[in-house]
Amino acid sequence: MTLPSVLRNTRLAKPLPMPHCCARKPKHMARFPFSAIVAQDEMKQALLVSAVDPAIGGVMVFGDRGTGKSTAARALASLLPPILAIQNCPYGCSAEDKERFPDVCGTGPIRKRPVPFVDLPLGATEDRVIGSLDLETALRSGEKAFEPGLLAKAHRGFLYIDEINLLEDYLVDLLLDVAASGENVVEREGLSVRHPAKFVLIGSGNPEEGELRPQLLDRFGLSVEVRTPTEIDDRVEIMRRCAAQERDPESFAEEWAAEDEKILRKVARGKKKLATMQVPDEILADCAELCIAVGADGLRGELTLMRGAKALAALNGAKAVRREHVIAIAPSALRHRLRRDVLDETGSTARIERALGDLFG
Amino acid sequence: MNEAAVPVGPLNDALLALRLFLMAPVRLGGLSLRGGGPARDLVLEKLREDGAELRRIPMHVDDERLLGGVDFAASIASGHKVRQRGLLEEAAGCVFVVPLAERLPEAIAGRIAQELDAASMAGGFGLVLLDDGIEPDDRPPSCLLERIAFDCDLSRVASLDVDDAGKSIAIEPDAVALLDDRQLASIAATASALGIPSVRPMLFAAETARLHAALNGREQPDENDLQIAARLVLAPRARQLPASEPEPAEAQNESPAERTDDGSETSEGKLEDIVLEAAAAAIPPDLLAQLSSGKANRNAAGSGSGKRRKSALRGKPIGVRPGVPRGGARLTLIDTMRAAIPWQALRRRQRGEDRRLIVQKEDLRIRRFEERAARLTIFCVDASGSAAAARLAEAKGAVELMLAQAYATRSEVALVAFRGTAADLILPPTRSLTRARRALAELPGGGGTPLAMGLQAAREVALSAEARGRTPHLVVLTDGRGNIAADGSASRSRSGQDVEQAARAIAAHGVEALVVDISARPGPDGPRLAELMQARFLALPMADARKLHAAVRAATPSRAA
Repeated sequence: MTLPSVLRNTRLAKPLPMPHCCARKPKHMARFPFSAIVAQDEMKQALLVSAVDPAIGGVMVFGDRGTGKSTAARALASLLPPILAIQNCPYGCSAEDKERFPDVCGTGPIRKRPVPFVDLPLGATEDRVIGSLDLETALRSGEKAFEPGLLAKAHRGFLYIDEINLLEDYLVDLLLDVAASGENVVEREGLSVRHPAKFVLIGSGNPEEGELRPQLLDRFGLSVEVRTPTEIDDRVEIMRRCAAQERDPESFAEEWAAEDEKILRKVARGKKKLATMQVPDEILADCAELCIAVGADGLRGELTLMRGAKALAALNGAKAVRREHVIAIAPSALRHRLRRDVLDETGSTARIERALGDLFG
Repeated sequence: MNEAAVPVGPLNDALLALRLFLMAPVRLGGLSLRGGGPARDLVLEKLREDGAELRRIPMHVDDERLLGGVDFAASIASGHKVRQRGLLEEAAGCVFVVPLAERLPEAIAGRIAQELDAASMAGGFGLVLLDDGIEPDDRPPSCLLERIAFDCDLSRVASLDVDDAGKSIAIEPDAVALLDDRQLASIAATASALGIPSVRPMLFAAETARLHAALNGREQPDENDLQIAARLVLAPRARQLPASEPEPAEAQNESPAERTDDGSETSEGKLEDIVLEAAAAAIPPDLLAQLSSGKANRNAAGSGSGKRRKSALRGKPIGVRPGVPRGGARLTLIDTMRAAIPWQALRRRQRGEDRRLIVQKEDLRIRRFEERAARLTIFCVDASGSAAAARLAEAKGAVELMLAQAYATRSEVALVAFRGTAADLILPPTRSLTRARRALAELPGGGGTPLAMGLQAAREVALSAEARGRTPHLVVLTDGRGNIAADGSASRSRSGQDVEQAARAIAAHGVEALVVDISARPGPDGPRLAELMQARFLALPMADARKLHAAVRAATPSRAA
């Protein structure tokens, strides 16, 4: 039997309400302010750097449960300035996106909307992630319509995956591919849809519970290792702030609003500065030397290192990239790219620090 | 109120935990009750008596029902999308009871955990996990255990005597003062002395102390409240024993500067000790045994990863069958239409409707998949004196190399070592290199050769892996010369019989196996053992870790297609 003729005309569904699993969380939910997070400086730096330059390619956070990974990622998203998007567009497209993907965008005036933050649940199915056939339309009228998935929702924002090492492999592959190409191409169930999906991928996981394939690790721009602060004072401060936040989220947020505002301005300034930021030749040489010294595989390491240093310089308001920026970002940019000899127990961070000491000491 | 008279015991602790939990279900997240039996029934009865609204989340709940989504049957009947509300959405402020929580699929647990995170800020619900696991690793998903305050073990409650002085809440919990810095510091110090890295337990402990104060009508939480909090929240999560000296280990090793101004802090030191002591005294006995033997130095539920795998979602498609697309099963549109089309004329006449396509529930077709079972390579390593220490190092290296690839081959590795008079599962099935390395580093060598015990232990691991849908593959590294019998006596002849029996049991069960003879001068024992096990045989008198690894890989049959 051939395809029923009613199925032949593809059209896109009207802008639909967002898939329920991500629309359920109220937008106004008070989140823990970014600036109120105690310690964890490397993670904060990596997140801010990736906010300045989303092209760096996401952040992978390694660490135990309950060390503030998701809190920081969520806080960052609500900290960033709202984006301008076409009102009815299911993908939250900007005017430029519409030029590139004229078929898929909705129409309507440009409106502000908050930066999307999508929390990908562990058990998410492929359908929900990449989008699927809109069954309602298909069954009612026999027309093929596309129901956007979580990737569409995450466009221009953040996609956070807790315990990425437990996510099924094919889903991780798919996510990284989309994150790298900036568009989601759906070719299945008779659908043929291409829509923009540019987002910063933030993964977290505990290496004790399962390794991540080196190929996948390499795709992440930055990686950080978080530990709970061991200083009793820090721990006490964490408890104090959490209690205050739980008691009265609003006034707690207010208390930190000024600090958050500062960071927000810093990121916005950094974004603006990034375009004109110069990378002197000697810095490029530094990057290359460092990568050779630690034995990082592939060119991606060098590129990320250079980009990261550039974004960090922009974030800090520097005039040009200096060596200190390279040194500050090197552990995050290279840690996960070192060729791993399983019989050598020296940690990656220690190897990078040794190389930094040898080269630039 | 004479609190000194409150009897201490798991059941009383559980009842107290329940009472505290019911005072603030959302803030404390929930409690887990391990071990079935009358003790747990008693706690559950108390829970029902309390009058909180209870809902059950059965194991087979699907995403649509849990979180809300499209109601398929209603949608098809009416011809437009009908949404149903999810359990979690419907029941804000409810307490959810999760039976058989240790078998809750990771996917559902992940969703609930996400909702718990969101709920702690808006509305919310509490969880009661009923954990019927028996093995230490058989725990509810760690993402849930992490997010609930209490983890009560009722599996060895002997007496049902309870102190049933049903205290009513004396004062409003919110009227209780926040903990002061000294008290917070004592919780933080206790947590770090017990090796608890996560922040959540500390927050739960602080909250618990306040609630306990409220329960006892104190506006200012005191020592007693902190002790209770440490006992109920921190002790069950201990990952290490506190240093035997009263000072927490952390303070000594890592931050000596912190305690320089000791003069003013004597009282703080004391409070810490009291709290830590209360926690240490309450560490469950089996956990204590594991901790002191250094075996359980890891996340209690860390092994839950990747064990359960969905089958209707992924793999090689093997055709379609009628069914409703739910729980991730995928609808195949073409087959659904194919099933519906012959009936169109009839249905239009019957219903008097003029829709272009009338699809009914029985037309729906979903896709089925076949999933390949993941492979588990079990190394059974002879760590006795006769297998020289060098060979042990090679075996360790080979295990690490296997693990480095475990991700690519989707396989897991386990390690059983036998020496002296015992065989131990040194490394439970895992894909984590970090964990494996730590387990291997602690593996000692020397002593007799209880080969029979090693084989038995390996067989048990293989069987339990098979029960979980793994394909086990056994690699035995030995010289084949067992000299300790299965009962631990040093009798070479008895040992021989026992080895034969154990080997035959492995053969009878059809476990794929490989025997690697690692003795310097291979004798007849190795091949004989291989024959008994119906295993392949490999003599490797001169191998290093890499060669051994290559040999094992080459001898491992490729996975069944």
